Amino acid sequence: MSGESTRQAFGDVIIDIAAENEKVFVIDCDIGKSMKTVGFMQKYPERHINVGIAEQNAAGVAAGLATLGKIPIVSTYAVFGSMRMLEQIRTSVCYAELNVKVFCSHGGLTPASDGPTHQAIEDFGIYRTIPNMTVIMPADYESCRALIKEAINMDGPVYMRFTRDAMPFYYSSSEKFEIGKGKVLQEGTDISIIANGDMVHEALKAVALLENEGISVELIDMHTIKPLDSELVIKTLAKTKRIITVEDHNVINGLGSAVADIVSEQPEGIMRKIGLNDRFGESGPYHDLLKKFDMDYSAIVRMAKELVKRN
Amino acid sequence: MENRVRNLEEKSIELRKTILTMIHKAGSGHPGGSLSAADYVTALYFDEMNINPKDPKMIERDRFILSKGHACPVLYSVLALKEYFEYETIFTLREMGSILQGHPDMNKVPGVDMTSGSLGQGLSCGVGMAIGLKYDNNPARVFVALGDGELQEGQVWEAAETSAKYKLDNLIAIVDNNGIQNDGFTKDIMPLGDIEGKWKAFGWHVINCDGHNMADILRAFDEMKQVKGQPICIIANTIKGKGVSFMANVPAWHGVAPNNEEYQMAIDELKGGL
Repeated sequence: MSGESTRQAFGDVIIDIAAENEKVFVIDCDIGKSMKTVGFMQKYPERHINVGIAEQNAAGVAAGLATLGKIPIVSTYAVFGSMRMLEQIRTSVCYAELNVKVFCSHGGLTPASDGPTHQAIEDFGIYRTIPNMTVIMPADYESCRALIKEAINMDGPVYMRFTRDAMPFYYSSSEKFEIGKGKVLQEGTDISIIANGDMVHEALKAVALLENEGISVELIDMHTIKPLDSELVIKTLAKTKRIITVEDHNVINGLGSAVADIVSEQPEGIMRKIGLNDRFGESGPYHDLLKKFDMDYSAIVRMAKELVKRN
Repeated sequence: MENRVRNLEEKSIELRKTILTMIHKAGSGHPGGSLSAADYVTALYFDEMNINPKDPKMIERDRFILSKGHACPVLYSVLALKEYFEYETIFTLREMGSILQGHPDMNKVPGVDMTSGSLGQGLSCGVGMAIGLKYDNNPARVFVALGDGELQEGQVWEAAETSAKYKLDNLIAIVDNNGIQNDGFTKDIMPLGDIEGKWKAFGWHVINCDGHNMADILRAFDEMKQVKGQPICIIANTIKGKGVSFMANVPAWHGVAPNNEEYQMAIDELKGGL
């Protein structure tokens, strides 16, 4: 597989962005090496702050910098970025309407061998609940680079979640992305699959198998969970009447729940959610974990066939 | 100097009256910690800070963060007296639609530099401001008022170590050392031990002062200006509810409003002080 982690995309693009935008600061919490921010730190040491293992403080420092018109990026793992510093981000950033970006690696089961302490499976739900917050998970290297640029250009708090491990390259570097607008990767008529982040790649594998069996799938990369592209959800539902959401997150409160909020208000259509079934993960190889928890391409294929059978 | 001190003392009585008036009208709020902060807040806004009420967002202004955000009547009162907004606004404290929320909102109130109210967060925000100001070569300073009970929050010490690392001599923490927190005396709820020693151990320059003696507060500010390469902590030894005898050092006055009779007694006592 030719690919790269989306945390690497963050580390690479942030150097380019910083060259053009003097307002960008990075605040690390002692995991700069893992967050791939070492390049930024070396090139722009005066705009790099390492607060050490003190995430709550990192959030506040970012808020303070933002009051001066800076664009601070808090860089840490998703478990800490969504939970250890949560109330600081909620009150000092989201309520205060400050332009802080929370960019986090190790989303979902992608830090597979690290085990549940480092696998963030609640973060979409947590941040989706907070007013003023935008929530994004890019699927691959190029889309991550593009969406980071959009997030930096946007005024307001953004939570973005990266993969620890490499994901296959999918998009070209010229592809355009807009926050809040899902990408239709392929059109279809029998069923819609709405995925995000690393699960877009599982969905792509499932689509190939389903197409071989004559099932026409509409596949959407819903990189932005909030604000959700409700127009696109309504459109695809009207077309296929069936939606499966696929996410590397607890099935409670994540992408699936966001889509269900829209689907429940529509006159017809059914949907199912694929994700971690309200349980913690465990250590193990990434793909084995997906398989064990019924989140891999074969689980998607199985569920799609079931749904297509229903009238 | 004598005139300067007397003038500030008179202002602090006005401030205390405004605090009590707004809390009485609202029927809820936190008088104790507002009154303990009244003197150093007066000294900051009427003497020390470089501010311009006509231009609340002036880029080179000194910043003030009330990390103990529940004491916002003291901040709202000083902003009202400095004419950041119409004085009558104080009567809308905690009312629906008012700019004066139960805890300070920087996007609603002209002159509020940081939203606060969740204890433990203000110093970190001050650190971010201080780092950013230094980066911009902006000579402005950042003052952060913390409650002594608030020092129980671990985040305060995360911010303290970062301030020392980055040598933030443009950051001044003022600890409102009134010895009382919501549930009772700090020594009973969670003893803070050697507050001065703790800040020193974290690399701060510590200055003690009598937080109700205007001359001593000004002396502390003078000493503060001599410090280079180190963040500064002013421990203001204060009395919760100071200025109103029946509120002074009584934990029950942390977070309740005076009734009509108590309000009148308090105002009469403050008038006697003028």
